[in-house]
Amino acid sequence: MLDYITSYLSSNTTPGQAGNVFWATVYILVVFGGISVAVMAMNWLERKALAHFQIRLGPMRVGPHGLLQPIADAIKLMTKEDIIPAEADKFVFWIAPLIILCASFAVYIVIPFGPTHAITDLNIGILFMLGVSSLSVLGIVMAGWASNSHYPLIGALRSSAQMVSYEVAMGMAVVSAVLMTSLHGLGPYGVGVGTSGTGTLSMIGIVQAQQEQHVWFLFKFFPLGFIAFGIFAIAMVAETNRAPFDLPEAESELTAGFHTEYSGLRWSLFMLGEYAAMIAVSSIAVTLWLGGWYRPFPNTLTGETWDLVFSLFPGLTFLGLAAIAFVGVRRMPKHPYFRVQTIGLAGFGAVLGLIGLILFVPPVRNRIQDIFWFVAKVAGFMYLYIWYRATFPRYRFDQLMKVGWKVLLPIGIGVLILTAILGVVL
Amino acid sequence: MQQAVQPGMQPVATTFFFYLLSGLTLLSGVFVIVRKNPVHSALALIFGLLAQAGLYLMLYAPFVAGVQIILYAGGIMVLFLFVIMLVNLERSQREEQFNKQWLVGLLAAIALGGLFIVVYVKGKNLFPYRIAQPVETNNTQQIGVMLYGQYMFAFEIASLLLLVAIIGAVVMAKKRI
Repeated sequence: MLDYITSYLSSNTTPGQAGNVFWATVYILVVFGGISVAVMAMNWLERKALAHFQIRLGPMRVGPHGLLQPIADAIKLMTKEDIIPAEADKFVFWIAPLIILCASFAVYIVIPFGPTHAITDLNIGILFMLGVSSLSVLGIVMAGWASNSHYPLIGALRSSAQMVSYEVAMGMAVVSAVLMTSLHGLGPYGVGVGTSGTGTLSMIGIVQAQQEQHVWFLFKFFPLGFIAFGIFAIAMVAETNRAPFDLPEAESELTAGFHTEYSGLRWSLFMLGEYAAMIAVSSIAVTLWLGGWYRPFPNTLTGETWDLVFSLFPGLTFLGLAAIAFVGVRRMPKHPYFRVQTIGLAGFGAVLGLIGLILFVPPVRNRIQDIFWFVAKVAGFMYLYIWYRATFPRYRFDQLMKVGWKVLLPIGIGVLILTAILGVVL
Repeated sequence: MQQAVQPGMQPVATTFFFYLLSGLTLLSGVFVIVRKNPVHSALALIFGLLAQAGLYLMLYAPFVAGVQIILYAGGIMVLFLFVIMLVNLERSQREEQFNKQWLVGLLAAIALGGLFIVVYVKGKNLFPYRIAQPVETNNTQQIGVMLYGQYMFAFEIASLLLLVAIIGAVVMAKKRI
């Protein structure tokens, strides 16, 4: 038994490929726990960042700087009365949030946080991700229909029309990136004489293809990769029903869209699913165009010294967070009312600093840094989501359809054709 | 069977998952027929299709499974649901069902069931005995090479047919072009 557990550690594949059930379970628990914590953190960050964009303070009461606000929210939602409308279709109403949750969490099976840090590596990785994440539209449609009310139904219809049309543009962008993986044996920066063969759909394979070609697909065939990435970056906001494309839950028109009739825990499942889906599509973008788990500047800043410098980043990040926490402790009011909060914040800073110090230990450092770079890139996207929401006004529905079908799709097809031509010619 | 699988890729609890997935498929198939509410039928059909995708995965055909999820469960069924929800359900439920063809249905079911039983009993002699060679690792690549190499012509003809269908749908749906 112990041998079975330790035998995986020496292999360099994902637990799914190694067929090791124990480590696969551990990875699943770690990933899902991590995502849940990330969703809570994102919830706090979004409220806080949005508030600062609008020159407000945001949550300040629960814990220092509102740090415990997500926990308070979770407790509130769990203890809230769970209302099912009298005329609702009970079973469908009950199962809709679960479908959204399952669809948005199941995609994490193939997300590569590192060359070995994925639950498994499917041969159809990216196809699986697109397919399963598109299932969440079913949950939305079911929720809207089962509520047996006007606003949810309109919201659900809007949402399904929007997701189905943006999926097409998204698919075109993804295919052009997958096409790039088929160009083998090129020189540095992905140019020069090479042979084209079959590419790959596996998420790990796509990242390794970027390493093999020494270029992030974002910069490949400049500006083609850039445009494809741009199309995906727009389409993914529409796919996850986020501002400025949040028409399915446009509160000024539809109260709350498809989840108007939901309350309490069920409503929080919708939120959890939405944020998990946001993280998942951001991970697709990072994997396909931003080099996945590889650190920045692998071509120009090479050598032992730079490797060492970049491997110190995770620890330094946590030390920086700890420093921010301690600055917060210094700036806390000296009134006795705030004493508990001040001690709590100091303790939080100490924990962050300790994590930072642990991350400096060489074996930990080497194992953790690919995860760190992946998560850092995804975190950039999550911040962009908040930024969009604070900056852009909501689109009208006909504008949304126009952008999807008449702008993004033709450009996407054009990019795909040009990529194919360049792949053959170069 | 075990030798054909690459070392390190041993499937886990194959029998259990086979019965689970096929049971789900059958159950949802039954629900598609017996539910009065068309939305429930459509949802049951989706579950059946997803369980089928799982079966394809067990047969080492990940590409087919992925396409099944994207096309059927994600694309076609969403359109189904879309149309059903826009139709006035309450009125159509109150209308009398005039296609009472249970006798024909029963006969067809008996015939099909008999066929299955015959195949089950005599199957060993009917089909060539050969162990399939599962190629899990580059299944998708091989499909791509086949489609765009050996069967290029047929593939292009099929895509042309689809294009004709799309144009036909647009012509029929839009009164003024």
